[in-house]
Amino acid sequence: MISYTTIAEKIKARKFLLEELVKRDFKKKYKRSILGIFWSVLSPVLMMLVMRLMFTQFFGRDIPYYTTYILAGNIVFSYFRDATSEGMSAVVGNSRILTKIDLPQMLFVFSKSISFALNFGISIVVFFVFCAFDGIPFGWHFITLIIPTILLFVFNLGITLILSTLYVFMKDIRYLWSVCLRLLMYMSAVFYRIDGYPEAMKRLFWLNPVYVYITYFREVAMEGRVPSGFVHALAIGYAVAAFVVGRYIFRKYEDTFVFYF
Amino acid sequence: MLDVKNLRIAYPVGDVLDIGLKETVIRKIKRDFQIREFVAVDNVSFSLKQGDMLGIIGHNGAGKSTLAKAIAGVVKPTCGTIARGGKVTALLELSAGFDPDLTVRENTILRAAMMGYSKEYALKAYDHIIQFAELQGFEERSFKQLSSGMKARLGFSIASLVDPEILILDEVLSVGDSGFRKKSEKRMKEIIGGGAVTLLISHSMRQVQSLCNKILWLDHGRQIAFTDKVELYCTAYEEFMRTKELPKTEEDVVRLAHSYTEWKQSETERAARIETKKLEAILENGKSEAAVKAAVAILRKQRPELLA
Repeated sequence: MISYTTIAEKIKARKFLLEELVKRDFKKKYKRSILGIFWSVLSPVLMMLVMRLMFTQFFGRDIPYYTTYILAGNIVFSYFRDATSEGMSAVVGNSRILTKIDLPQMLFVFSKSISFALNFGISIVVFFVFCAFDGIPFGWHFITLIIPTILLFVFNLGITLILSTLYVFMKDIRYLWSVCLRLLMYMSAVFYRIDGYPEAMKRLFWLNPVYVYITYFREVAMEGRVPSGFVHALAIGYAVAAFVVGRYIFRKYEDTFVFYF
Repeated sequence: MLDVKNLRIAYPVGDVLDIGLKETVIRKIKRDFQIREFVAVDNVSFSLKQGDMLGIIGHNGAGKSTLAKAIAGVVKPTCGTIARGGKVTALLELSAGFDPDLTVRENTILRAAMMGYSKEYALKAYDHIIQFAELQGFEERSFKQLSSGMKARLGFSIASLVDPEILILDEVLSVGDSGFRKKSEKRMKEIIGGGAVTLLISHSMRQVQSLCNKILWLDHGRQIAFTDKVELYCTAYEEFMRTKELPKTEEDVVRLAHSYTEWKQSETERAARIETKKLEAILENGKSEAAVKAAVAILRKQRPELLA
């Protein structure tokens, strides 16, 4: 039996290292730009601004809250894409230090996940601003968005644990994953609506975890209600499954990583 | 205290490395996929007490560094156990693993966090580290701008900050310029004198003989000897390096050591004969002043008592 209580203790013991690793990610990301950390706010603002312009001036002008629809899909998918595709190199990228000092290797994956979660937090705030532009009425139900945010973090962490394990052994996973991501993006209904599809087809979308989290965001923001128990069950199920599998695989193989660096 | 019992470390070699998923699948289909096991350390046992200094000797690829990594905890044993009586600090390739894009300050704090120091301790010790590494004025430079000597100095300064119970030295006794080397040797002696168990990996028998009170001799991962007869075994090892003959019993060791001593003596005599011949030649043919100078130089080397 795996004891999950010790995870919290281990993280606490290495809090200082975790902090420093997250700081490093932010510092390195914005080292070269003059605007520095401010860029992490400006970047989603610009991205969403472009999208808003495109989708209110050129496409989909007749669909209500279309910008919000697109942006919700986009921030969630971007978070998933960036966290997993860049997070997978968390172990390999630190191989030089991991062959010198005995460190908890999972912490490196965890710190990467936290960096991307922080970026996602900024994106959400900017997203709210654009929701306001779109005339979305705000209410207390927006608080519930914390649920899919946490679940998405856990889900991404699980997937990243699997990918970073595979990446140690097989370096071409990076390219294969980028192909998978493209496929997944088309299956996540980021840019199109699925209302017109037959019911059986619509149900297939629930097989895609990213679509579930996107739906949660859209229902809260656009329809002003907390999603059904079914959506919650799926969101929790996918997150827990990804994390349990990811942790199991990572734990199983982490002792052999050092031979493949 | 350090107790290693029946340690075996095997790792995979062959097709598994760097071929990628596509290639793996193709080779599996063609039944051309091979993983071999390489045994780097095989059935090694030894035990050290406080204050012991162990010299680990063996040819290149004998498993010395793998053993060091196992004791440091980086490589997990395939079989056997390692019982450590405290915190291990391994001084291996000191300048490795720093982040080239971060500044010296950022790297120092990050490395301190990796070494397991607390935040308060790291911040308090920061100035001391920079001072010891002689990097004042470089703190805001990015790490890649430092010279390789500076990098190694920083690595040493952070790693040697606290007193570890177990210290592993993998050919790092000479870091930086002569000034820093003196300082780092002094610090190392402090750590060793502080009651640490020290493991020294070295190819210099002189160094091992002068520093260590025990030696572990490895050959292709196997343990040839773990003993406190440092001088005898070092001499036998020298003979092994010359003739590639491995000792099987204690008598073998004595014989090897003996024949090395004999060989060394005959070498000295041979060298002496050659020099004597040279001297004779110079005395016969050379210009008188140069000949006398050369003769005196050779005499001073070989028979200083004659000149006294």
